[in-house]
Amino acid sequence: MDLNTRVIHEGQVHDPATGSHVSPIYQTSTYVLPNFKEAVRLNQDVNAGFSYSRFGSPTVAEFERKIAALEGAEAALGTASGLAAISIATMSKLGAGSHLIFGDVIYGCSFTLFTQILPHYGVEYTIVDTTDPEAVKKAMRPNTKVIYVETPANPTLKITDIAAIAEIAHAQKDVTLVVDSTFASPYLQNPLALGADAVVHSATKYLCGHGTALGGVIAGKQAYIDRCRMPFIQCFGSVLDPFAAWQIMQGMKSLGLRMERHCENAQKVAEFLEGHKNVTKVYYPGLPSFGKYHELAKKQMRGFGGMMSVDIKGGQDGAATVMESVEIISLATSLGNIDSLIQHSPSMSHFDMTPEERHAVEIFDGQVRLSVGCECVDDLIADLDQALNKIKL
Amino acid sequence: MKFNTKVIHEGQGVDPVTLAHVSPIYQTSTYILPDYAAAVEANKPGDPGFHYSRTKHPSEYELSCKLAALELTEAAVSCASGLGAISLASMNLLSSGDHFIFGDVVYGCTHTLFTKVLPKFGVEHTIVDMKDPEAVRQALRPNTKMVYIETPSNPTLKCVDIRAIADIAHSQEGITVVTDNTFATPFNTNPAELGSDVVVHSLTKYLCGHGTVVAGVVCGTKEFVQSCRAPYLQTLGSTIDPFAAWLVMQGLKTFAVRMERHCENAMKVAEFLEGHPKVERVYYPGLASHPSHEIAKKQMRSFGAMMSADIKGGMEGAATLMDNVRIFGLATSLGTVDSLIQHSPVMSHAGMTPEARHAVEIYDNQVRISVGLEDVEDLIEDLDQALSLIRHA
Repeated sequence: MDLNTRVIHEGQVHDPATGSHVSPIYQTSTYVLPNFKEAVRLNQDVNAGFSYSRFGSPTVAEFERKIAALEGAEAALGTASGLAAISIATMSKLGAGSHLIFGDVIYGCSFTLFTQILPHYGVEYTIVDTTDPEAVKKAMRPNTKVIYVETPANPTLKITDIAAIAEIAHAQKDVTLVVDSTFASPYLQNPLALGADAVVHSATKYLCGHGTALGGVIAGKQAYIDRCRMPFIQCFGSVLDPFAAWQIMQGMKSLGLRMERHCENAQKVAEFLEGHKNVTKVYYPGLPSFGKYHELAKKQMRGFGGMMSVDIKGGQDGAATVMESVEIISLATSLGNIDSLIQHSPSMSHFDMTPEERHAVEIFDGQVRLSVGCECVDDLIADLDQALNKIKL
Repeated sequence: MKFNTKVIHEGQGVDPVTLAHVSPIYQTSTYILPDYAAAVEANKPGDPGFHYSRTKHPSEYELSCKLAALELTEAAVSCASGLGAISLASMNLLSSGDHFIFGDVVYGCTHTLFTKVLPKFGVEHTIVDMKDPEAVRQALRPNTKMVYIETPSNPTLKCVDIRAIADIAHSQEGITVVTDNTFATPFNTNPAELGSDVVVHSLTKYLCGHGTVVAGVVCGTKEFVQSCRAPYLQTLGSTIDPFAAWLVMQGLKTFAVRMERHCENAMKVAEFLEGHPKVERVYYPGLASHPSHEIAKKQMRSFGAMMSADIKGGMEGAATLMDNVRIFGLATSLGTVDSLIQHSPVMSHAGMTPEARHAVEIYDNQVRISVGLEDVEDLIEDLDQALSLIRHA
């Protein structure tokens, strides 16, 4: 089946009770069991049916089946947000005294989780440039349990070679490679096929695609997902609401169409920006000027995505002028929506890093991040052009 | 404002744009900022407006303000489940090397969080029978950071003296008292008035009341709640969906009137069961025979609607009852308009070993009953006919 067909049909079962084409929203906390024997059976195997919505619900299970199929995973677990997926995917493999390696460019709140929360619980970490596999190899310790990679990375779009890192991870026993593939979506990249053990997504972004719901998902081997479910989501309680899951599935129906348009529009916007006099640098995997990252993206992605960052002339003031002067593009955090969004990474998505930490990884003060939507690309380019031309140098 | 009025009106504002009486459902992940200065402001610590729904959104905030008012605390933060609330509060208070104390009868998944997940992250605990508050004093250590109370406890309805335990806990500096008030609800008890620093709820239960949503809340000081939002909710990601929050608010409108009937019905059901030849023992705080009756009279305005009952004929007797009720649903969860029955050893408390259960009076022949709002004569008749089917008792 072609990817577009799979995006639409995977995991979907027509409701046997009514024939309803779109699955019902199971907005219920609990399930009435036919007898005590069934209660005993469900207690022994959480995957045998539904008993309480914190452990799983039919609506969330359909979403999980879809993602597992699209990511080529044995199983998946839906969560209340991307950060819920990231915290469970990593904490289920970590404990006091264990060690985590993660990339130097990752989403700001993932950075906060790894540098401010996990150390409270005795988890050690090393930050490395995961685009350099040798650096990852050097950071390995006997107690390393998780390597966490974000590719393309938020916000500078650096590309990490998943297969190369997987090889390093698996040279040591019991190391789990977790890849945040939010920027790519399963339409453009499948980390498990490249050797990753688990893939996480903020479903809030491209999967939902319409900016209406928060959600997250972890996909991987059955035993790993079972452990993420029990005891982790059972105890952390970061469960995905059925209505939110249903909205994400509605959004996913057009994932293929949207991603094609996102990529097409983004390529044109990136090329336009690269030629603009008030732009210093464009970070987009689809541009040949992106060098080794462009080459790697060509190898491990099916398209270059809809995200980019841009260094604006005039520093922070220049960036502010662009953000305040755009008319179609909205100034808001988040990304992957059908509507185009612009934001300032240093003060929004990555505010928890110190200026020194940001500058060291090319998150500059004059940098804006652009999530290119599915509007007519000519309108987007005209909007950016008029905003960029307002910069006074 | 008296309680019923408060339940209906507290925290509610009429939508200034449309004058809609019931607040809109803010089903959005992000918020458009007017200018760059607002973006910078939004990411400063403190209590800013809305900028990304993971840490705070208008539907969540309205619900949380209502709950803070009902629990007589400065602030509250709602989240994706009761366990979401319990893990947020306890992980906020505890770190690797810290110690906490909790009661010997708590909800099964709370027990799993405390005994299976937190120890992995270097957090130590002592389980005590809090019926004797002095036992808490004896368990105190220099590194004790939290005392966790559940009263009435799930499933044996043991009630503990919040005031006495809070006084002992506060005799040592740096200890926070957290009370799970799910069974009592703010209709019956306000732990904050009795010295508890933090109150948590599974909103899934009485506060929503209709079994449609899984949700939770942490109530406490402004400062504590803000630290639960960021960095804890921010990084653990257990956000409540806006529609789910809105559903809880709908349920909350009838909370006070529902509680009156719940308590009235439960008292009659408990008295009926106590006199039934197929019932060995009834655990209900409203019965003079219940060991916690006196403390319940002191700290509860009425006795709630949860009870457990030891059934004659062992586990088979309990199974006969659960398999033969017609109005009661055999399901986990509780606090819904509909009456539910379940088997604690196999369902809510399956995470405990048989030995651990038996030591705290969770016996294999025990069922837990959540008395709903049906006509109480029908409920009694239903239990009577099911109990009468038990043989050899």
